[in-house]
Amino acid sequence: MTQSCDVLVIGGGPAGIAAASRAAEAGARTMVVDEGASPGGQIWRPKLTGHQPSVARQWLARLAASEATVSPRTTVVDLQVSAPRSFIVRAERSGIPTIIGARALVLATGARERFLPFPGWTLPNVFGIGGAQALLKSGTRFDGKRVVIAGTGPLLLPVAASLSAAGAKLLVVAEQSSRARVARFAAGLWNAPATLAQAARYRAGFFGAPYSMNSWVVRAEGDDRLRRVVVRVGTETRTLECDALCTGYGLVPNTELARLLGCVMRGSVVFVDADQSTSTDGVYCAGEPTGVAGVDSAIAEGQVAGLAAAGRASDAAPLRRVVSRRAAHGRGLDRAFALRPEIHTLAASDTIVCRCEDVRLGQLDRGWSARQGKLYTRAGMGPCQGRICGPALECLMGWSADSVRPPVFPARVRTLSSPAKTGDSAETSERNHDAPA
Amino acid sequence: MTSARRADAIVIGAGIVGAACAAALARDGFQVTVLDRAFPSAGTTSVGMGHIVAMDDSPEQLALSAYAQRLWHDLAPELDPRSELDHCGTLWVAEDDAQFAAVRAKRDVYAAAGIASEILDARALADAEPNLRPGLAGALYVTGDMVVYPPGATLRLLDIARANGARVRSGEEAVEILPNGVRCVHETYHAEVVINAAGPLAARLTPGLPIVPRKGHLAITDRYLGFVRHQLVELGYLTSAHVMTNESVAFNVQPRATGQVLIGSSRELVEWEASLNRDILAQMLRRAEAFMPALGELSVIRTWTGFRPATPDKLPLIGPWDAVPGLWIASGHEGLGITTSLSTARLLVDQIVGRAPAIDPTPYWPARVHSASAA
Amino acid sequence: MSETVAITIDAAEHHVAPGISVASALLNASVASFRRSRGGDARAPLCGMGVCQECRVTIDGAAHQRACMVTVAEGMRIVTATSAEP
Repeated sequence: MTQSCDVLVIGGGPAGIAAASRAAEAGARTMVVDEGASPGGQIWRPKLTGHQPSVARQWLARLAASEATVSPRTTVVDLQVSAPRSFIVRAERSGIPTIIGARALVLATGARERFLPFPGWTLPNVFGIGGAQALLKSGTRFDGKRVVIAGTGPLLLPVAASLSAAGAKLLVVAEQSSRARVARFAAGLWNAPATLAQAARYRAGFFGAPYSMNSWVVRAEGDDRLRRVVVRVGTETRTLECDALCTGYGLVPNTELARLLGCVMRGSVVFVDADQSTSTDGVYCAGEPTGVAGVDSAIAEGQVAGLAAAGRASDAAPLRRVVSRRAAHGRGLDRAFALRPEIHTLAASDTIVCRCEDVRLGQLDRGWSARQGKLYTRAGMGPCQGRICGPALECLMGWSADSVRPPVFPARVRTLSSPAKTGDSAETSERNHDAPA
Repeated sequence: MTSARRADAIVIGAGIVGAACAAALARDGFQVTVLDRAFPSAGTTSVGMGHIVAMDDSPEQLALSAYAQRLWHDLAPELDPRSELDHCGTLWVAEDDAQFAAVRAKRDVYAAAGIASEILDARALADAEPNLRPGLAGALYVTGDMVVYPPGATLRLLDIARANGARVRSGEEAVEILPNGVRCVHETYHAEVVINAAGPLAARLTPGLPIVPRKGHLAITDRYLGFVRHQLVELGYLTSAHVMTNESVAFNVQPRATGQVLIGSSRELVEWEASLNRDILAQMLRRAEAFMPALGELSVIRTWTGFRPATPDKLPLIGPWDAVPGLWIASGHEGLGITTSLSTARLLVDQIVGRAPAIDPTPYWPARVHSASAA
Repeated sequence: MSETVAITIDAAEHHVAPGISVASALLNASVASFRRSRGGDARAPLCGMGVCQECRVTIDGAAHQRACMVTVAEGMRIVTATSAEP
């Protein structure tokens, strides 16, 4: 199947929804592709039951009212520049190969969780923190389950609140950062009262379970599944019998598509200018890939990117103040939830670091590069393509990410073997055919 | 067993050819230093398919690869799990009756070289590989062929070299080959014997070597244990590999020890342009799907490109380079370097110490280049 | 839309809520091992959002499908791995 559009938005989270809405409203033929069953991304992932926040409802309604086409269950596996401001995107829609031609791209690929290995982290029922939230929204039942949440960052509170509301019995919410750091961050939130009020609501949502600072998971134990976790809480070590552990250490921006296109990076994030334009002509980027800064920032950046991609960058001026203010919020997050050194030393020599290939920490040599680790032990060679072990080994070994090659997600052979003809180029060849010889 | 102490030797390049040379030299008593600009198995070795195959493009190629197949069987007990050695054999697949006739001729050529093979008719082929498309004519089953994981085998060969006193220096880039020595960025090494095993980069250090990079693409799938059971190669492969056209693809898939399916192959002459060529990749995959339609549904998890060290006459350059005292060449193996690494090392060391080689070494002498250009 | 969807998990029939993911259906059925790792260990969803590949199962004959990204459908056949990957 082949299709074409003016603006292709990749990712249907807040940034992508805002980008697609604004681009379509500005008159561009706009398409948004997303892996999920319907738009929303991780943060606005529609719940099977319960209500969406009002801002999510507003933006989803705005997207629905726009002329933008939504392509759900669509995984982009490759993209390339076929001519200046002309892109060929290869995707799978429910497993069917699809080629999409576009004149501009908005990369709104969001972020994933950072996991750091500790003994027992591969046991079934050890979930990510956002992972548990995603599973809950897709129908996993947590009622009556004894749950430990341990990790870092602002995600702990809302996930604790929603698991609690779903009937889970929270044993502890362990934040590895110190009370002082988190308090300084919370004080900074006076600049964003809505966020603070939200944090207070989340806290009330799981009242009864301790929210412990300076606390982290030391190891998980079990047989065919998780049975208990050992948690360091302040100065004491506790063993908690439980059914699920939710753990995660902040977010890792999904920059694979930008790197595949050769966009200039600034550290681990995609470099963009005031129009959210990357270094590649016609490619815009919004939300977490440009720096983890939360949903409000993503919406503002998405709007700027959508307008710019539609050729209406001048309309975006009022939004730029929001973008810069929110970027400061992101830097505050990094400081408040910086990892304490103990977290880096939890993995033992026999702890698996690459889950796809069962590579253990002791197999790796600190003198190697990431590529040597991959060639010699298979670390990072599996189907997650290093998305889980890569950020972990960056923390543990100082290894930087390998280059990106298609497919950026596992893709069927026939998806990669189908001829790369887009709707546009097909039209062009038809016109050429009709032209007098 | 280590022989009496011999002279110093330097091997430039810690790919599988350099590693095999280092192991052979060290076992023969040489004090070996291996220099690599990056790290062991960083170059061509890490991007190849890892096929141990008897190949009959020419009598000389068959002699060298048949010898190599025997040496790999001898080495097998010394390999470790990293090498992922799989005695899967090769099926040379015939599409039609004309190709099937060629299968019989191929069997006779192999038999004359001491290579065991069996003819599979259409039905036997379908039983051996149920995922091949129906209607193929048959195949030649070369039972002694194998598959290895080249970086693992290279590390093992370097371990053997180290156990016999060799040193391996990573991050040591050779800048110039001197008479009986090598100048690196920070240090100059002296040795009676210098071996240029720098693969496709060999000509940069030894101007005049007719070696050009010949690009290839590969794709590997997730794990599908039993989907493919033998290395599969279309009979037309040799045509693709032999003719130095600008680009060609051929059906060549192999089962990995992990249950993954490695899909090749392509050949391009594009200098050092390393980026993935989507059209070539798509052509290569379509060729594979034409032979194995069910392959289309398998999930590809990675693709990559690499450069083979190609020579105009399709034979490697193994032997002395008279213009520089002490210099020996071991490069130009194109797509057969994993297979012929072991026979290359043995031929070279036998000549260095003055032993009679197991096969005639003269067809591989780099000197043929000069005589060819003089003619 | 009917009240429940009938699916099979390793040949056993289950009736699950419509619209839920295959991963949720398996977790709610107390399936601990979605797949077996190379070393033979039980593995189950980690990230819940299609990244980690730990929840891969065979769905209607297609191997290596991410259970967290697929919604249950009437008659769907889900097979988890019972033996180690090579």
